[in-house]
Amino acid sequence: MKTLVKNGKAYIDGKFTSVNILIEDDKIIKIAPKFTAEADQTIDAKGCHIFPGFVDLHAHLRDPGQTYKEDIISGTRSAAKGGFTTVCTMPNTEPVIDNIAAVEYVQRRAKDLGSCKVHVIGAITKKLEGAEISEMATMKNGGIVAVSDDGKCVQNARLMLSCMKYASNFNIPVIIHPEDYNMAGKGQIHGGRVASQLGFSGIPALAEEIIIARDIMLAENSKCQLHVAHISSAKALKLVKEAKDDGLPVTCEVTPHHLVLNEDACLTFDTNTKMKPPLRAEKDRQALVTALREGLIDCVATDHAPHADFEKEREFDHAPFGIIGFETAFPVLYTELVLKDQLSLERLVEVMSLAPAKLLHLGDKSLAEGNAADLVIVDLKAKTEVLPETTLSKSKNSPWMGKTLQSSIKHTICGGRITWEA
Amino acid sequence: MDTTPQFLGRNVFDLDDYSAEEILYILEAAKGMKEINLREYKKIPTLRGKTICTLFVENSTRTRMSFELAASRLSADVVSFQASVSALQKGESLQDTVYTLDAMGIDLYCIRHSSPGSPQLVHKYSGKPVINGGDGRHAHPTQALLDIFSIWEKLGSLDGLKVTIVGDILNSRVVRSNLIGMKKLGAQVTVCGPKTLMPGSMEEIYGCRVEYDLKTALSDADVVMGLRMQLERQTEGLFPSLEEYSKHYVLSKDTIQWAKHDALIMHPGPMNRGIEILPEIADGTQSIIVEQVANGVAIRMALMFLILGGKA
Repeated sequence: MKTLVKNGKAYIDGKFTSVNILIEDDKIIKIAPKFTAEADQTIDAKGCHIFPGFVDLHAHLRDPGQTYKEDIISGTRSAAKGGFTTVCTMPNTEPVIDNIAAVEYVQRRAKDLGSCKVHVIGAITKKLEGAEISEMATMKNGGIVAVSDDGKCVQNARLMLSCMKYASNFNIPVIIHPEDYNMAGKGQIHGGRVASQLGFSGIPALAEEIIIARDIMLAENSKCQLHVAHISSAKALKLVKEAKDDGLPVTCEVTPHHLVLNEDACLTFDTNTKMKPPLRAEKDRQALVTALREGLIDCVATDHAPHADFEKEREFDHAPFGIIGFETAFPVLYTELVLKDQLSLERLVEVMSLAPAKLLHLGDKSLAEGNAADLVIVDLKAKTEVLPETTLSKSKNSPWMGKTLQSSIKHTICGGRITWEA
Repeated sequence: MDTTPQFLGRNVFDLDDYSAEEILYILEAAKGMKEINLREYKKIPTLRGKTICTLFVENSTRTRMSFELAASRLSADVVSFQASVSALQKGESLQDTVYTLDAMGIDLYCIRHSSPGSPQLVHKYSGKPVINGGDGRHAHPTQALLDIFSIWEKLGSLDGLKVTIVGDILNSRVVRSNLIGMKKLGAQVTVCGPKTLMPGSMEEIYGCRVEYDLKTALSDADVVMGLRMQLERQTEGLFPSLEEYSKHYVLSKDTIQWAKHDALIMHPGPMNRGIEILPEIADGTQSIIVEQVANGVAIRMALMFLILGGKA
């Protein structure tokens, strides 16, 4: 099976070049300007950009156990629609992905029914209870790419040190959801001006920063690769910068929503502005954009967190934390950052594809002959209307619902297979 | 052109949706309502045939009674929904509860809820006007209006007045709504309490003054309002003991002398006598605490009348 993608501007070696790309089965076999070749199907990408398939290090597919919110089929279809060809799933399912059988369940479902490549992230502690180390080495042999208690945070520093030593023993990266439970309290939104105004209990940035500071110290002690999930505050960035300057193997990711929204979004009481970490102050948001631009933040991750309508359509205090993110990630960042000259298109592509793949050692995802045919074709001049009826995720909990964004994902090709076609 | 403020069908989520002119209009209307409450037969037929629901998801006897009396005196039918004895206890969502109530033909909802923003949800689900009777720590606009009315009735105007509010500012929805409303009418508000009970960014949000020292806060005040201090804040680690709190922040004969000699003394109730306020002050000649309660009924009558388009 051969597919020819012609007339597009492809992101190769850090710049955009007009080329044709020939795919045979699951691999790119030729990239060159203006050649023709026999193919079973041809995609005309005239006027479009071709990027390496997007890679998401942080997603919740809710399968097993909460498939009314999302499952592997709907979740990976949603990812493909957003241009993602690789997704890493967090282990906070029911039951928790804390053992090899659970890892294999997700892998098998994804392989048989998925619309993108799925890598499993295993739990740091059994049942995410923060009490005993999970069988992470066995899970590593079974193919997990990292461990995380995402959604939860190991509160016991002595145990966390032990987990990180154990993970580093088997070369497993540790991804943290930094949250000091006591400091976060019953907080609903960022502990800042808007929480004062609306009378919400706040989640201070300190809740995040204290754990990041702690875990950087633990990473130094344990020689563990540490990745900070969904970083959200200016002070947290300073901590990561100091760690990087010290030569520690510490990286971090940021979500699209923390890059373009701030605490003011909560003034509407829209429960789709409620997530952890919370949308922070404008000065934090600006620091995140600068850090992403300058390379302090390593990559973008969606933290795609589906919740059903009946769960989100509640009093703000009672609604769950989190929003979906696959289908809006690129259009949101293109519209709000690239078009507003806050970030270059090249950097955006890099942090959504090659950078995250490198970070979790997922292989070379660049557009090159011999590499897997994982790519996304985007029309930057077209628009995306975000509507519940066209959203492929089972859940519709997005603050961009009803909005129109610039750019449109036209095709997603994963392993040579067209997984999304607009 | 008719420049009379329009209230028909409007929500009262908080006072930020109302201009100074509109607030004054409400005060004038309440003055008329107050007169009805002093009659032997305290009822007018203006809202006959209208149905008002008090939807109290968080318990409160006093405020609910005030709303229900207000509705009754305007001859509206009143249905009372209390969470503690309702389907909400059995896990029914607010959305389904409102759909059910709406099917019975409610014209106006008065809601109290522990979660900020809930009045907006009731309006979203019912399409009917909603009066916020207190949503979490966020807003309590009818309390603020009755506080403002009480001052306005005594002193004629709030313009240029120095108002000092003392106590647990962090947990007070009364303060937040009063800050919005009093500022609109030209008052200069100072909030005072221990740092652990003071939300951040108050100056930035409300343009008020923040003081941690009672003497400084009370100095030159025309109006002094105490707030209820709850014992549970002690177990939350926000202050060591009611005794120590009282030593620093109580409104007493000794501390009140720092304010103007004829300063009005207010409290939204219920009071903890001996903790945030001493009886000598609560029951003293400067106190208008009991009148505040009476004015609450008048203010709620005025709002119901204006929102449901009662015939004068």
